[in-house]
Amino acid sequence: MAALIPGILQILLVFAALALCYRPLGDYMARVFTTTSHWRVERAIYRLGGINPDAEQGWRSYLRSLLWFSLVSILLLYLIVRTQSVLPFAGGHTGLTPDQAWNTAVSFVTNTNWQSYSGEAALGVSAQAVGLAVQNFLSAAVGIAVAVALFRGLARTETSQLGNFWVDLVRGSVRILLPLSTVFAVVLLAGGVVQNLADPVTVHTLGGAVQHIPGGTVASQEAIKNLGTNGGGYFNANAAHPFENPSAWTNLLQVFLMLLIPVALTRTFGVMIGSKKHGYAILSAMGILYIASLAGVIASELVNASGALHAAGSALEGKELRFGVIGSDFFAVSTTMTSTGATDAAHSSFTPLGGGLLVLNMVLGEISPGGVGSGMYGMLMIAILSVFIAGLMVGRTPEYLGKKIGPSQMKLASLAILVMPATVLIGTAVAFSLPSVRASLSTSGPHGLTELLYAFVSAANNNGSAFAGLSANTPVLNVMLGLAMLLGRFLPIILVLALASTFAEQRRVPDTAGTLPTHRPLFIGVMAGVALLVSALTFLPALALGPIAEALG
Amino acid sequence: MSASSSLRSFGTALRTLLVLTVLLGILYPAAILLVGRAMPAAADGSLVLDHGKVVGSSLIGQDFTGDTWFHPRPSAGKYDALDSGASNLAPTSKDLAKQIEDLRAQVAKTENVSPDKVPADALTASASGLDPDISPEYARLQSARVAAARHLSEETVARLVREHTEEPLLGFIGVPTVNVLELNLALEHAAGSEAQ
Amino acid sequence: MTTPTTETTSDPLGSTVSTSTTTSAKPSAAATARTSGGAFSPRQMVSSIPAALRKLDPRIMIKTPVMFLVEVGAAFTTVMAIISPSLFAWGIAIWLWLTVIFANLAEAVAEGRGRAQADSLRAARTTTTAARLDAGGHIEIVPATALRRDDRVRVRAGEVIPGDGDVIEGAATVDESAVTGESAPVIRESGGDRCAVTGGTRVLSDTIIVQITSEPGETFLDRMIALVEGATRQKTPNEIALNILLAVLTIIFLLVILNLQPLAIFSGARQSLIVLTALLVCLIPTTIGALLSAIGIAGMDRLVQRGVLARSGRAVEAAGDVSTLLLDKTGTITEGDRKATGLLPVTGVSADDLARAARLSSLADETPEGRSVVTYAEEQFPAQSAIAAPADAEFVPFQAKTRMSAIVLPTGEKIVKGATNEVLAWVEAHDGTVPADARTIADEVSAGGGTALVVATHAPEMPARVLGVIRLSDIVKAGMPERFARLRAMGIRTVMITGDNRLTAQAIAAEAGVDDFLAEATPEDKLALIRREQEGGHLVAMTGDGTNDAPALAQADVGVAMNTGTSAAKEAGNMVDLDSDPTKLIEIVEIGKQLLITRGALTTFSIANDVAKYFAVIPAMFVAAFPGLAALNIMGLHSPESAILSAVIFNALVIIVLIPLALRGVRYRPQAAAKLLGHNLLVFGVGGLIIPFLGIKVIDLILTLIPGLN
Repeated sequence: MAALIPGILQILLVFAALALCYRPLGDYMARVFTTTSHWRVERAIYRLGGINPDAEQGWRSYLRSLLWFSLVSILLLYLIVRTQSVLPFAGGHTGLTPDQAWNTAVSFVTNTNWQSYSGEAALGVSAQAVGLAVQNFLSAAVGIAVAVALFRGLARTETSQLGNFWVDLVRGSVRILLPLSTVFAVVLLAGGVVQNLADPVTVHTLGGAVQHIPGGTVASQEAIKNLGTNGGGYFNANAAHPFENPSAWTNLLQVFLMLLIPVALTRTFGVMIGSKKHGYAILSAMGILYIASLAGVIASELVNASGALHAAGSALEGKELRFGVIGSDFFAVSTTMTSTGATDAAHSSFTPLGGGLLVLNMVLGEISPGGVGSGMYGMLMIAILSVFIAGLMVGRTPEYLGKKIGPSQMKLASLAILVMPATVLIGTAVAFSLPSVRASLSTSGPHGLTELLYAFVSAANNNGSAFAGLSANTPVLNVMLGLAMLLGRFLPIILVLALASTFAEQRRVPDTAGTLPTHRPLFIGVMAGVALLVSALTFLPALALGPIAEALG
Repeated sequence: MSASSSLRSFGTALRTLLVLTVLLGILYPAAILLVGRAMPAAADGSLVLDHGKVVGSSLIGQDFTGDTWFHPRPSAGKYDALDSGASNLAPTSKDLAKQIEDLRAQVAKTENVSPDKVPADALTASASGLDPDISPEYARLQSARVAAARHLSEETVARLVREHTEEPLLGFIGVPTVNVLELNLALEHAAGSEAQ
Repeated sequence: MTTPTTETTSDPLGSTVSTSTTTSAKPSAAATARTSGGAFSPRQMVSSIPAALRKLDPRIMIKTPVMFLVEVGAAFTTVMAIISPSLFAWGIAIWLWLTVIFANLAEAVAEGRGRAQADSLRAARTTTTAARLDAGGHIEIVPATALRRDDRVRVRAGEVIPGDGDVIEGAATVDESAVTGESAPVIRESGGDRCAVTGGTRVLSDTIIVQITSEPGETFLDRMIALVEGATRQKTPNEIALNILLAVLTIIFLLVILNLQPLAIFSGARQSLIVLTALLVCLIPTTIGALLSAIGIAGMDRLVQRGVLARSGRAVEAAGDVSTLLLDKTGTITEGDRKATGLLPVTGVSADDLARAARLSSLADETPEGRSVVTYAEEQFPAQSAIAAPADAEFVPFQAKTRMSAIVLPTGEKIVKGATNEVLAWVEAHDGTVPADARTIADEVSAGGGTALVVATHAPEMPARVLGVIRLSDIVKAGMPERFARLRAMGIRTVMITGDNRLTAQAIAAEAGVDDFLAEATPEDKLALIRREQEGGHLVAMTGDGTNDAPALAQADVGVAMNTGTSAAKEAGNMVDLDSDPTKLIEIVEIGKQLLITRGALTTFSIANDVAKYFAVIPAMFVAAFPGLAALNIMGLHSPESAILSAVIFNALVIIVLIPLALRGVRYRPQAAAKLLGHNLLVFGVGGLIIPFLGIKVIDLILTLIPGLN
């Protein structure tokens, strides 16, 4: 318990840093996506890509560009990881098998970064930097683009135009992700994160053993992996590996990086729709869920009444000493709440309730604050659902930001919300019915159930973290989880863009005293409540058989 | 959508992806590599030299066995730096509970202390399997054994432990830790100097 | 009731028709209909049971997917119970059937109330023949159902008008009680704004020629019957949106159940299909699914009870969203007639003299304004009331040309009263001088929202002189500012429409408390105003009765035509107010809001209920495999079987309990949206969380008394 005060101070430090960046970064991103001027490097990219950056797109065209781009990304990444042995700096690694390559390609393009491979054992520098890290940028930029298209839909009136996908993609990469990554890669480098092209160094230790110390372009990848809420580790141990996350302060920095863009995007939203208080409202709803979960996980881990951890005296199994229990919990909650999926501790070894909360974090739909872009549009779907129910209760056809929520909006928003539960529920139902999948579990009983549930929840939510007892590199799981990631990413994107278009076409209904205020504490509470209720009602039976049964014995 | 417009979309997507790959996948990591050359110690893995010979990385834990060394935490991967990872055992796992009980008895025996004195980090495997640190409590627990094995005074060893105890940054970022490799290296040098 | 009424009117030919009629002693059908729907009684439920059972037909059930799924579950559990009978299995099967029946009952009760109204309306549609005029003017007796648009029919006293139409010749008194429930007969005459007649109403006097304006089966009465029966009820946009949400929730819960069995098997806790079905029914939003259509039907019913016929449910919903309300000044905001509210003498004239002259000049003036001058003068100057008008005084009625009226006393003194400019001109024409303050006073009256009538006198051999000014004022109806304040709280802006000049309009607008006004308004101005408001994103409601209101009524999102209005107006609006009460709009808005609130509240309640049901069912299902889960049985339910059955029974009973609320509607208090939400969330959200815990526990306690159940 003595660790509690320093732990809370660490959390407050990160929150303070986020608060400091909230306005400048949020406002900057709003400018990035509203200005009409292009940077020189961007013009060059447009010229080489054959893009007219000044033409706007309707939702179908925007979506078509996005899907084509993602398809080509999957194909190229598949090709790279399959044929990495012929690339320079391959480090002797051979290509991945077709099912693992499919899983990996989909995983990184969908911003999931589920890793069915082990980083240091399977991939060389070239595949990591040229293949994976590029998608760390681009999948994040795609997420931001979709969110921004939705902001435009809400901000605009009587138009079918949502912006230009290529411009949003390029600006998101060049003006936001690249500069931030560069700065923070250097900071991480200074903190001890490695960045080299060397082969593993063979060391004869003092104790007389031999150790091979790996290298790689880790710092450059680590920065964007967190900033883009990607989470794919360079090494198998991910952010627990000392070369990815050498110290307590780099650990806090990584938490900060994960939260930075999703949090600041609420400001961007407020600025772009012309109502900053609505940005604060969304952020508050996210914050309520986040803080509640963080408090729950920390409490569960510090009390740690159960079994083995009690025997050990502290919940240190699967945790790095330098981060401490609270530092690891802080990271775990942030990584599951942001769809990052990086891990600095073994989630599988968390207390049952703590681990259950991590699953719950993800089944909230990655909305608090969620992945870059995806968290924002996910939360806006919840806002729309909330405004529908709450709006009825004040006797008006529901409207959000002056846009009516009619049958077509309801259809799109509720389908977008349906995708994730449907994918997870069907996926786990099928998986549990397959003997070969059951054989992949490290243990039977509730914990085994949680392992597999966690895998599908993580994939469908594009989180990517794992309850790592599961041996996920089997053809069946590679294919199934790949499908879950694909559906969990692109179906909502399609629905969100269609929804953005129905908003853009509408007029704006002016606010009156009869309008439900959607920025006040009451509505913020309703949003958080709706998000929690929808996911809790959907996943309570599964959670009851997994973490809850495990916790209650 | 016609075939030709599909082809055009494909072309735009592919060209744009390739251009961005050059920027983000080659130029960006190359730039960070260049910066890394300005701070090679960090960029190359914080390697620890002993008489010009690399004996490890201060960030990567190593296994030390025997009475003459400070022991690190248990590792799920036996400190194989090419196979990082955790045990992933559940807290409710009977195996884990037994492992911990066995370890507690073993450590207590090794250090010749009562089992309830053994700290948690001595009993639990880390997330990476490469945790370079142990808690000061665990280091102090081992001091007597190491001092005896190395024929050093307990004060000398205790001093080394103190010197190698890293306090949290600003007093609250992190927890106090002792880097096992650096402590053992210092031990080696101390043993040498004391012997001389 | 027997009310002799005398009505006098002129037909277009100039002759005077005077009739004395006695309306039917039988209470009118519509009047009965409008009172029958009031209170909800358990007897209605009992009498609706057969209808509820008929609705079990799967072809009908499929229209409400949520309840259809319950029916499938009920059929399935019945089969399971037959295969391996147990008290528990039969208990679940029976209660699932009851769940479906209760849902059907809700709809049947709502429809039954409408049907009662429809039946009484149908009684009015008894006429079978019509006297149709052919091109040559010959009369031909045809069935009323054979009448097409533009046919002309002759209707004589005592006959029922065979179809909707316009009077094109003659004038008559018509008893419209069958449609409006209003027993006083009304005048219908050709030309002008009172030419529309409704099929099913009865001509009491005289003969008229009516041109039919509707096709068979599409008459106003037909539409009204269809409407109250709910036969033509189409789902409104909001209902569709809600149905989508319910469908998605149902799909999610269906997936939850499909997912649960593999997980349960993995956990070594395979579940019986009966239990899984029971959990599914508990989770899907059956409460709102069961009551949704009853809420809609009841909403329309409430409107009909208040004498408003809506062409579609969409219009009623739109009413809840109205943010701009256009109201005609005269008759809506103010009393139809102006009244004297001041006597303002010019300098040098005593108030008594003015009062005397004003009163004398008005004694023979039978217009409401004239009478109000007499009343006012007598109230303010009681001494005056003793003075009778000389028997041989000569009265010159108001003429549009001169814009004044006058009385010539036997002494030869002439007192005139009229519009400022005209009277002042008259004074000057009769050698008088206009005092300096005469015009000032008149202008001040105008500026204050009143109308100035100048009183002047001209005795023989004397110059004419101005005595003073009578102030006529619009009287704002009692309670108007409060009503507008209430509307403002609801977020609705009121705009007063008037033909008055700006100054007058402004003064009345301020007095009545409306938010804005449109002065010197022409029908075009009105239309333009509506368009402007709509472009700003507002939903506009208005009332109207004249033909020239038709375009605006059609343009408005909610156009309420007065039943006394023209066919064109009634055709253009999307609602008709049988009572022709323009302030009814406010009630319409409230009904629209109430409809949405009831839906939202019951949806919230329905979803919130799931939490308690989980706490009942989940531990019951898995406590055998994981004894620790008994900790989740916070209600302390007796046994797994009793817990599951209790949840199912609660789920069914809550439908029955909520039927009255669904039919009556959740109470709507005009207040700010945030407050309203807070209140409803507390009652239906928090209430929805807590009540099932109590309900399930009570049912479980009762079940433990049944022997044989575990």
